[in-house]
Amino acid sequence: MTMVSRLWCQKTWQNLALAKVLGKEPKTFSTLVQLKTDEAIDDNDSQAQTNDELIKSPSLGNYRLVYPEFLPDPNPLFRNGIREKLERMDMLNRRSVLSIPEFYVGSILAVTYSDPHAVGKINKFVGICILREGCGLRSSFLLRNVVNGEGVEVHYDLYDPAIQKIDCLRLEKRLDDELLYLRDAPLEYSTFPFDMEIEAKISESIPVNDIKIPLNPLPWSQRWERYNLKGVKEIVVNERRQKKAAALAKPWEKYDLMKTYRETIPEEEQNEIFSDVYTKLNELEIQKNILKRKYMLQRQKSSKTRTL
Amino acid sequence: MFVPGTLFNVVSRSVSTSTVCNQIIKLTRLRVVDNSEIGKAAMMEGKPPRCIHVYSKTGVGYIGDRVLVAIKGEKKKGILVGLKQRQNAKVPRFDSNNVVLIDDSGTPLGTRIHVPIPHILRTIMRKNTHSKGADYTKLLAIATKFV
Repeated sequence: MTMVSRLWCQKTWQNLALAKVLGKEPKTFSTLVQLKTDEAIDDNDSQAQTNDELIKSPSLGNYRLVYPEFLPDPNPLFRNGIREKLERMDMLNRRSVLSIPEFYVGSILAVTYSDPHAVGKINKFVGICILREGCGLRSSFLLRNVVNGEGVEVHYDLYDPAIQKIDCLRLEKRLDDELLYLRDAPLEYSTFPFDMEIEAKISESIPVNDIKIPLNPLPWSQRWERYNLKGVKEIVVNERRQKKAAALAKPWEKYDLMKTYRETIPEEEQNEIFSDVYTKLNELEIQKNILKRKYMLQRQKSSKTRTL
Repeated sequence: MFVPGTLFNVVSRSVSTSTVCNQIIKLTRLRVVDNSEIGKAAMMEGKPPRCIHVYSKTGVGYIGDRVLVAIKGEKKKGILVGLKQRQNAKVPRFDSNNVVLIDDSGTPLGTRIHVPIPHILRTIMRKNTHSKGADYTKLLAIATKFV
């Protein structure tokens, strides 16, 4: 009896599977068609919506680039809605006291901070930002400069209460997201004078410095041939290392939708976060612009008097 | 089936692939950054001194720790004044592991330090100095630049 019933079960299962396979094909087609039509409708709707959004928030689009630390860590293990919200409030409070300028990896920054170890309890460091990491109150950046022929790097927390002033002396981007290879480049490429002045902003968009930097001969601190760096002149390594780099390269990763999904915050969530902080940030930005204009006018005046 | 894998393992075993140890331990090469005769000669010769002892409980040297170095066949004491490893926020990290040679009383052997010195070293040196022991703050007097 049991044998018979089992056989019967198997047969029906196979039939069902077949039916499923058969059923899938027309369905997939139908979904495709449906999706297409949906998109078409969405397009019409979204145009109107985007127009509304544009009026409401003209620069919400580039907020994720200007204020990357407002976006939480995409790893779901570290997510906590309440903590993120509280952190955002703290960040805004800090930003209302200290004007943190817009800067990117490759920009030159000057940080003035109170240092209990320094002579006047105040210290200043100027350098190129070679790394920006972390999110929320833990976000930090790494500055590099060469002092007396010795490479020096200082790591700062962006929301450190000891920081008195952050100035962006030269606002620009480089071709790479991290400039850690400057450690293995000739020193002249990371040398910046400590008495640099703030450069006047010329264009509205952020200029990209497409300088190509040659690396020192081996040994290096990291295997740079594996990183697909754009801001480095041709990397010369032996054949074995080239082969290894080629074997470890993952050119398909840019097509991995799940990977990008896992490593980024979805757009809807971003909009939610930034609409939360938009009004306050906008206010602060306006204040900052006024101050900046005042500073530039003062400098122009002083330079004129100097020339006279 | 396993022959190529094992063969590769055997071949690759002869090559050391451990990561760089970014700590000052025994036998770490250091860079003398003052203008003492012995230090300059050793660096010119291309034989930088080796740390042969770290005067700390853990045996790992951090910024401001005293070390014993083997330099040109002699034993000298030194103070670590700049490290390559990752530091706390606001403490500078340098491109080389720097040491300044001192004698037993804490007096530096040279008269100038030609690289920047972290500000935090002032506090550390003052803390390490006791009224009856060695005076390490003399090192700060010969520094040219603080970062």
